[in-house]
Amino acid sequence: MSTLGTEQDPLLVAIVGSGPSGFYAAEALIKSDIAVKVDVLERLPSPFGLVRSGVAPDHQKLKQAIKLYEKIAASPEFNLIANVTVGTDITVKDLCESHHAVIFTCGAESDRKLGVPGEDLIGSHTATEFVGWYNGHPDYRDREFDLSHDVAVIIGQGNVAADVSRILSKTVDELKQTDIAEHALDTLAESKIKEIHVIGRRGPAQAKLTPKELREFGELADCSPVVLSEDMILNPESEKELEEKSNVASKKIYDLFCEFSKREIDSSKTKKCFFSFLMGPKELVGNSRLEKVVLEKNGLSGEPFKQSARGTGETIELESGILFRSIGYRGVPIEGVPFHENWGTIPNEKGRVTDNDNNVVSQFYTAGWIKRGPSGIIGTNRACSVETVGCLLEDITKLDDGSKKSGAAAIYTILDSKNIRHVNYAEWKKIDAKEIERGEPKGKPREKYTYIDEMLSVTD
Amino acid sequence: MTTIVTENCKSCRFTDCVTVCPVACFHYDDEMLYIDPDVCIDCSACIPECPVQAIYEGDDIPEDQEKWIEINAEKAPDLPVCEEQMDPLPGAEERKSELGF
Repeated sequence: MSTLGTEQDPLLVAIVGSGPSGFYAAEALIKSDIAVKVDVLERLPSPFGLVRSGVAPDHQKLKQAIKLYEKIAASPEFNLIANVTVGTDITVKDLCESHHAVIFTCGAESDRKLGVPGEDLIGSHTATEFVGWYNGHPDYRDREFDLSHDVAVIIGQGNVAADVSRILSKTVDELKQTDIAEHALDTLAESKIKEIHVIGRRGPAQAKLTPKELREFGELADCSPVVLSEDMILNPESEKELEEKSNVASKKIYDLFCEFSKREIDSSKTKKCFFSFLMGPKELVGNSRLEKVVLEKNGLSGEPFKQSARGTGETIELESGILFRSIGYRGVPIEGVPFHENWGTIPNEKGRVTDNDNNVVSQFYTAGWIKRGPSGIIGTNRACSVETVGCLLEDITKLDDGSKKSGAAAIYTILDSKNIRHVNYAEWKKIDAKEIERGEPKGKPREKYTYIDEMLSVTD
Repeated sequence: MTTIVTENCKSCRFTDCVTVCPVACFHYDDEMLYIDPDVCIDCSACIPECPVQAIYEGDDIPEDQEKWIEINAEKAPDLPVCEEQMDPLPGAEERKSELGF
């Protein structure tokens, strides 16, 4: 009879990725009534994924989700193995041998492409790069953004597009006491951008940002939101969508856009942030550098809540030297783990990983954006991870293959044999303390280290 | 800026909201849920989850519900945390239709 999950024989789970979904999966395992040991692997020396490097620096309250993650990390069952890349430093096969189950919570690290000519011109960027850059993510530390142009274009109207637009719209004074990376603040201080155009392929009734994010555009120190009143005229299908009681968030967003459209533009403000609808990029034009964006007007077709945008053939041109695309994210495949190329996710049933023939792959589980695609906000991942862990715990008898698993010890043996410098939670806390200390003289909550070498030197 | 549970939760207590709370800031008594404003991070994940639209964020609170700001702040800290979904209160479905949802 299996004793897996008892004090003498705890369930050993490896979690790949230390963002919100990784932490919520760890929490659900630790709170379950069986004995567990959880090893969370992280590619960077710093944990917390997009809460650290995605959530905008001027949204410090949201970043307080970290307080809960710190409590989870303090549990004796929790262990962080950071600065280790699964797939290269350690293989998925290694994890299957050392642990009873592996949960992939590695997010969606790559961007969807626009698929239009000129997309690779200098000056055409992904929102991910820019967000990573201003948040001090080491992968994007040395990216360069030329903000010497008058006009910036953002393709997409979700929360990430809103973050990028807002950071470009704010003054240095509005940002300097956040944890924005110093190199980004210095570059933004020199920004010449006067117009920010936020382009949505559908209408104001379908914009997918939260009312709270949109409201902030009405409260900026030196930027006015601009919405054309003619853009507020809806087709009957969109009106139906807004009448639906459950669609209250979209109604709020529409009402806010209407409010912006009625505002007189404050001429004392230097910048304008335009929200434009029913348009999509057709071509990015320029001679090696982006010079203008050709946009095609769209029409909506389909039933309420199923309306899709189609090009009408009518185009307009916008002279612009810098563009950010924020039209969705994709996961990156991991060697040895099934991957759905079209969706950019790991195929699964309620978090149990499945292969191409829909058969459940034993030992493999997934949660968060890599499980369900890039939707929802931080808390959405809690319900998602709880579902996955529920399935994992149901499978516990199947996870006991009779072999003795050594958990973290086996991983450390492999890493040490390859001379891979791994970082534990106590070492991360040293980095954390130093960052906070560095921020203090500037009145910032922290000044992040933006190079991996710098982080590691603090732990020595 | 704060996020609060209001009147509509009374006698329903569906608790769909707690499943997406990233910081476990919901507390409960026999009648309804309350948000601890010192723990809530105003992420607004809970707002669309409520089947009776009882949850509002700061700038959106209807005037006649403003008293709930204080009630949430006062009651929440002393009540037990609601971390997992519970069964709705008896009669919750009837109350939901009475409220027009």
